[in-house]
Amino acid sequence: MDIFNDAMLWLTDPENWAGAGSIPVRTLEHLTFTALAVLVAAIIAVPLGYYIGHTGRGRVLAVGTAGAARALPTFGLMLYLVLIFGVSERATAATVALVLLAIPPLLAGAYAGVDQINRATIDAAKAQGMTDWQILTRVEIPLSLPLLIGGVRGATLQVVATVTLIAYVGLGGLGYDIIQGIPLRRLDQMVGAALLIIALALVIDGLLAVLTRLATPHGVSTGRGVDVRAREKRVDRSGRLSPATRVTQ
Amino acid sequence: MSWVWDNTDAIVRLTIEHVWLSTIPIVLGGLLSVPVGWLANRFRTLRGVILAVVGILYTIPSLALFVLIPPLLGLPFLSPLNVIIALVVYAVAIMSRNAADAFASIDPSALRAATAVGYGPWQRFFQVELPLAGPVLVAGLRVVAVSTVSLVTVGVLVGVQSLGYFFTDGFQRRIEAEILTGIVMTVFVAALFDAALVLAGRLGMPWARLAMARAGQEVS
Amino acid sequence: MTLRRNTLLIGGLVATAGLLAGCSTEGSTIVVGSQAYYSNEIVAEVYAQALEADGHTVERNFQIGQREAYLPALEAGEVQLFPEYTGNLLQYYSPDATATQADEVYSQLQGALPENLQALAMSPATDQDSYNVTAEFAEANGLVEIGDLAGVTPLVLGGAPELEERPYGPDGLLETYGVEADFSATGEVTLEALLSGEVQVANIYTGNPAIAAENLVTLADPEGLFLSSNLVPIASEDVADSIAPVINPISEAMSPGDLVAMNLQSTADGMSSADIAAEWLAENGF
Repeated sequence: MDIFNDAMLWLTDPENWAGAGSIPVRTLEHLTFTALAVLVAAIIAVPLGYYIGHTGRGRVLAVGTAGAARALPTFGLMLYLVLIFGVSERATAATVALVLLAIPPLLAGAYAGVDQINRATIDAAKAQGMTDWQILTRVEIPLSLPLLIGGVRGATLQVVATVTLIAYVGLGGLGYDIIQGIPLRRLDQMVGAALLIIALALVIDGLLAVLTRLATPHGVSTGRGVDVRAREKRVDRSGRLSPATRVTQ
Repeated sequence: MSWVWDNTDAIVRLTIEHVWLSTIPIVLGGLLSVPVGWLANRFRTLRGVILAVVGILYTIPSLALFVLIPPLLGLPFLSPLNVIIALVVYAVAIMSRNAADAFASIDPSALRAATAVGYGPWQRFFQVELPLAGPVLVAGLRVVAVSTVSLVTVGVLVGVQSLGYFFTDGFQRRIEAEILTGIVMTVFVAALFDAALVLAGRLGMPWARLAMARAGQEVS
Repeated sequence: MTLRRNTLLIGGLVATAGLLAGCSTEGSTIVVGSQAYYSNEIVAEVYAQALEADGHTVERNFQIGQREAYLPALEAGEVQLFPEYTGNLLQYYSPDATATQADEVYSQLQGALPENLQALAMSPATDQDSYNVTAEFAEANGLVEIGDLAGVTPLVLGGAPELEERPYGPDGLLETYGVEADFSATGEVTLEALLSGEVQVANIYTGNPAIAAENLVTLADPEGLFLSSNLVPIASEDVADSIAPVINPISEAMSPGDLVAMNLQSTADGMSSADIAAEWLAENGF
């Protein structure tokens, strides 16, 4: 198709690979915002999720808040925060909006990861004399890793897609070329940038998929093959199904 | 907050616009993903392909998709149809996996029993499989609804008016109350859809109240 | 007898013609569009309300986006009336246009427009791109016109992302004035970026009330980097004649001060474009 040809030409044009607004610079900006937002969100959401899963307290509140937070339109939230924080702090404002976007899937991943562990396993650990802390670190965390990383995956994908919009407030990122391309009607630029973001997302997703496999404890994978992506039915005592369908912006 | 009182007619008009722009993708996306998910579940080889394709569609940033569809499908640039089509694509992308899981979660013995009793394939699908998958499907639809309502706002960047108008116009004019109104009303519309889906689920599947509550909690 | 019958016949024909003429304007729907720019929307709303007062049905299609997004619709007749700016529109259709003075720009625009579009009466009100600096910066560097920026470092130009590619952007600065500037796509936060020193010179529309409010200095443009750009209603050929009598007086009555004042009402007072338009129409006797 013509458009894709033009997009490839734009992507391979050496002019677009050098200088201040070049593809590598935009990609780096894009990745920086993504990484920062996911990291900060993880610091908040993961311990919280583990606490809720481990103690069983605050479950309804967490699930409800996470659901409500999903409904927040990140684009609007970002613009609002930029006005509130002030334009010179717009990078912080955008990051806060992205963090709020990333928290629900991370929270769900952490909480569900702990929650789906067979109670019998925890009982067995207690019976062996493990302390609460030991149970958390040697049983719950390893067994919850696949779902936790699934949550990281979901959060990262959402954030990578949404970082496209920060160019609207002059923060760069790969979305810049799309937002600049719209008034200029430069389809090659818009499609090229879009393809780049998709490629970036796929690479990150692939890396996290590998990480999920690596993080799955040996005993789990030889036992019932917990393939988080496939979400096969797990016959656990509570009869619950796998959680967290992902949402993107 | 005086801004709100002065602009109630615009708020109402854009909220209604937003609701109608969201309804079509949710309904259409839901309807389309049921057969897709069923196929993915029924034929293991197809499952991999379908989920891969769906996964890729899912990673496309909304703005990029809104901008790609007019040239790809030859639609006029101004048409809200572009946003609607893009949102249907996202709805299907999110919902297909959920539908596949929903059908996978059905106890195979229930299906075998139905066949044994004499149900034909269509009957079995509509009277056994679909109802049994129902709770999980409804839970998935709720997620799709929230996502769609939120994404409609981004359409303002390509000239499709919705509550997103309050974001860009409010930002241009530096009126915080306007942006906040847009956010609040968007969440309100999302909550409306969520409540409507929960109600529809309860009315359509009265036997599954407990299953739906559980599925709903899990999926969020 | 014959005279009376003839009179009745002619009277009947005239009445029918009058009725039909009335019907054709009464029943027609005009689609009025606007850019994704609050100031443009106010002017579009003024046009819309004036047309409605004249008996037309008006459909509003506002906030469509940039020129590249709405001109195809205008050319295709999906939108029939649009407030535009003479200089920018001329540059869009004729990138090599040489006119810089307002009247010259207007007549060249009329020639450059596609066949099915017509420019109605130009307004004295302008809302064009201009390069602005803070009062302090102007004083510190002795800046009066754009050319004075040559040699000032560091020099970063702020504006919408597409400015980078516009003929009056950084390339035009270099070519016309020999001023070398880096570009920062500040977009919607351009004003604050200028005020905070993030950029030293910014492209701000002359209709922006902030220029006066923040004591900004608009640099003079003797070489005509920016074409004079006045507000002008662009109409579809098929409706141009019927709406010109309504729209032309309005266009001619809108002064530059009026436009800035209306913009101020929108930003500082948060008034809706409908209210602002109604007020202006009432105050100006329409």
